[in-house]
Amino acid sequence: MSLSGLEKEKDRPEGWNRPRLIEPDGEGELLEIAMGPHHPSTHGGFRMDVALDGERVIRLKPVFGYLHRNHEKIAEGIGYLGSMPYTDRLDYICSLTNNWAYALAVEKLTGQEVPERAEYLRVILGELTRVQNHASSIGFLIQEMGASGTPLMYAFREREKILDLFEGLTGSRMMCNYMRFGGCRVDAPEAWLTAARKVVAGLPGFVDEVDRLLTGNEILMARTQGVGVLPPELAVNAGVTGPMLRASGVNYDIRKVDHYGIYDRFNFRVPLGDHWDVYDRYMIRMLEMRESISILEQALKDIPAGPVMDAKAKIRGFRPKPGEAYGRIEAPKGELGFYLISDGGPNPYRYRVRPPSLINLTVLEDMCLGSDVADVVLIFGSVDIVLGEVDR
Amino acid sequence: MKTIEEIKAAIEAAVPGAGVEVVPNASPSGQHSLRLEPSHAFEVAKFLRDDAELALDFLSNATGVDWPDKEVTEKVKVKRLVTKTVDGVEQSAEETVEESRKRVEPGCLEVVYHLFSMAKKHGPVVLRMKTVNRTDNVELPSLTPVWRSAELQEREIFDLFGIVFTGHPDLRRLLMWDAFKDHPMRRDYVDPDDYEYEPTAHEQVLARAAAHTAGEQIAGASAGAIPGGGQEGIGGK
Repeated sequence: MSLSGLEKEKDRPEGWNRPRLIEPDGEGELLEIAMGPHHPSTHGGFRMDVALDGERVIRLKPVFGYLHRNHEKIAEGIGYLGSMPYTDRLDYICSLTNNWAYALAVEKLTGQEVPERAEYLRVILGELTRVQNHASSIGFLIQEMGASGTPLMYAFREREKILDLFEGLTGSRMMCNYMRFGGCRVDAPEAWLTAARKVVAGLPGFVDEVDRLLTGNEILMARTQGVGVLPPELAVNAGVTGPMLRASGVNYDIRKVDHYGIYDRFNFRVPLGDHWDVYDRYMIRMLEMRESISILEQALKDIPAGPVMDAKAKIRGFRPKPGEAYGRIEAPKGELGFYLISDGGPNPYRYRVRPPSLINLTVLEDMCLGSDVADVVLIFGSVDIVLGEVDR
Repeated sequence: MKTIEEIKAAIEAAVPGAGVEVVPNASPSGQHSLRLEPSHAFEVAKFLRDDAELALDFLSNATGVDWPDKEVTEKVKVKRLVTKTVDGVEQSAEETVEESRKRVEPGCLEVVYHLFSMAKKHGPVVLRMKTVNRTDNVELPSLTPVWRSAELQEREIFDLFGIVFTGHPDLRRLLMWDAFKDHPMRRDYVDPDDYEYEPTAHEQVLARAAAHTAGEQIAGASAGAIPGGGQEGIGGK
């Protein structure tokens, strides 16, 4: 990237709603740096080409593709079920919600029903995934702020308990490959549910602990309040979803909007931010963990007995009728959608992942312009991305 | 929410000559879509976003689909004169014969948008647009000026499918590197025999490195060091 090459961006078309580009004031030294692809805060291969005026960011261009392996092309060459284990590798922190989104899209395509117990198991696993994703996301954010170790280790201690539950049920900590079209792969034994209740009973104490440690922390507040402000109009127009959108004060939670699965049976609230900054994004994740714990308690209390697979579900010779479907869920990082076109064959004709991590990065430059270079790392961390999903 | 027919009627009332066509979807999802005429797509998109009742302020998903040229074999009934010799006398009669004919349906590239409303909490409304062909006429209007969320997704479609979006503010490859030539998501894309890609031209890097080390050697020699030995040269003085 060169500064001269970006000059033409001044003539942006009408309706191009982004903040006015900042011009150098001539006091600081002009400098171009490439943050990444091996910068420790980028969680994988990701590069930001940043132009600085002294310490101030005046341009920022994200560069993608270091982890690109064309997931969509591979999925179009294999059967529908063959992609299920591969969805684990998209956002590898949240494999179960990826499974869920894909299963939901295929169920929309074929019109399959999901038994009640399987729906409950999906909610339980989905919300456990959300808790451990938000916990580790907060841990990473604080780590990138410079508090090496402690908060991240607190988060990982709790995450490990949840991953143990995943391993007990699905056989794998992170690559779970658990959901199927029309249900779940195996039933949860009573002992697993007891273990899950025990872990969930310990979660409020963990959230309280993090709350005491961080929420009122002076350094955290000084570093994050008023940093990386994302106004709601821009957030909606740029398709930002998930905790980031709600931190900008937009009340849009797909669990409440689409009522997919059985989410209309549970009582939970949708926390909203009103300062639209990095601190709000941190707070929204804290509050969402509490709501998830409340959903978990309700689901673990009400879970009925019964089958976990639709008896009519076809595993072999699975060929949906020609048509198309777009299915989406509220994944921990935002709206995760799958768009499928079937031509009646055993493989999907078109298989598309709508990655929340990539689309939430659309506004990265808008949030970073004018802030200090040290805050770029924080703003980027508050988006909460996983490169496996950004580059696919 | 309005049905797809009502949305079509509303578009046609607001944008005269929009040429919207309903594409039915046979699957149980029931997500029918609207095919837009590329020349009017921008105005239609603006209307869909700004209309008070539809208020489709959120473009969730944008993606491409490749429909390659398809060879269709169809049976056609043809009437033709057949000359037959019956009892030594030539007779010509008209007969209906079944013939199989091959026909090539020209392919196209298609782009699909899924719209939702955050204000009214409804959706999806599916929009589609087709290019004229797959080779030289692959331009479609960009909807990024209407919905910013299309920015990276249209770059990805441009990269992987080769659809050129006119009016996109920053149309570059997203996932593949800039020197890459083909469009990997097309269905007729052929993998190269070997994967030893060199995103940075390696010869140039080597040439630069050689020039660099040569310069060091010359500097060391002038300081009276042993030619070719950098470290010893510094220590020896």
